[in-house]
Amino acid sequence: MSGQEVVFTLLGVVAVGSAILVVTTRRLVHAALWLVVSFGALAGGYLVLTAEFVAWVQVLIYVGAIVVLLLFGIMLTRAPIGESADLDSGNRWAAAAVAVATAAVLVTVMVMGFRDVRMPLRDGGGSAEALGASIFQTWVLPFEILSVLLLAALVGAIVLSRSDIRPRPEPGARGEDVDPPADAKEDGI
Amino acid sequence: MHLAYPTIVAALLFSVGVYGVLARRNAILVLMSVELMLNAVNLNLVTFDVWYQDRLHGGQVLTLFTIVIAAAEIGLGLAIVLLVFRNRQNVDVDRLRALSERETPPPEHGAQPGTTQPAETAARAEAVEEAAP
Repeated sequence: MSGQEVVFTLLGVVAVGSAILVVTTRRLVHAALWLVVSFGALAGGYLVLTAEFVAWVQVLIYVGAIVVLLLFGIMLTRAPIGESADLDSGNRWAAAAVAVATAAVLVTVMVMGFRDVRMPLRDGGGSAEALGASIFQTWVLPFEILSVLLLAALVGAIVLSRSDIRPRPEPGARGEDVDPPADAKEDGI
Repeated sequence: MHLAYPTIVAALLFSVGVYGVLARRNAILVLMSVELMLNAVNLNLVTFDVWYQDRLHGGQVLTLFTIVIAAAEIGLGLAIVLLVFRNRQNVDVDRLRALSERETPPPEHGAQPGTTQPAETAARAEAVEEAAP
C-alpha cells in the first residue's frame, strides 16, 4: 500500500462513515452537518486523485451552497431541533436489503473488473489552467447550455416559492368569465 | 494507486444514498441522500478521467457539469418541498398520498385535499354547464 492509497482509504472511510450517519441519525440538523463532513472528505479524495479544481469547486458549491440551502430548508419547514423519532419509514429493512444488495453487486463488479489496474497519478492533470482551457475550448457549447439550464432552474425556483404569483384562472372555471363572450356572441348574431 | 480504492468508495457511497432515499421519510433527508448518490457518480467520473489521462479532461469537466446540475436540482427540489409544506403543513413523503392508487386511503390529513378537490372541480364544472344555457 502506497502513501496515496493509505490517505485515500482514510478519507474514504470518513466519507462513507459520515454518509451512513447522514442516513441514520435522528436529528435533522446533524444530518446536514454530517453531510458537510462527507463532502469535505470527498474533496480531500479529489485532491489525492490530483483533481484540484474539482476539489475546490466541491468545497465551494457543495459545502458552501448546497448544505446552506438544505439548512434553510430544514429551518423553513419548522423541523424539530432535537431528536425526532419518525424520520425512518416502515420499510427501512427492505431499504437496507436493497442497499446491501446494491453495494454487493457494485463492489463485486469493481473488484473483479479493476483488481490489477493501477492508475498513474501525475500532478497538473486537474489544475485550474488545464480544466479552464479544456472547458473554454472543447466543452464551451455544453457550458453555455448549462448556464441557460441553471438560469431556468433558478427562475423556476423563484416562481415556485413566491406566494404572490398565482396561476392564471382557467376560462371555464368561473361563471363570470364565461358569460360575457356568450352575450357578445348573441349581440353579434 | 489501485483503481479499486476510489471505485469501491464510490460504490459504498452510492448504496448508502440508495438506503437513504428508500428509508427516510422527511423530504429534505431524501434530497440529501440524492446528493450522496450524485457525489458517488462524481467520484467515479474523476477516477476514470485520471485513469485514462484524458487529454480533453472529459471526466472532470463532466463532474463540474454534474455539480452545477445538482445545484439546480437542489434549488428546485427545495422550492417544491417548501411549497408542499406551505400547502400540507408537513413534508412527510409517506403521508403525501394524494396521487396514490389505493382506493381507500388511510385516515390521515395528508390525503384529504387530493380526495376532495376533484369532486369540487366537478361540481363547479356542472354549475358552469347549468349556468351556460
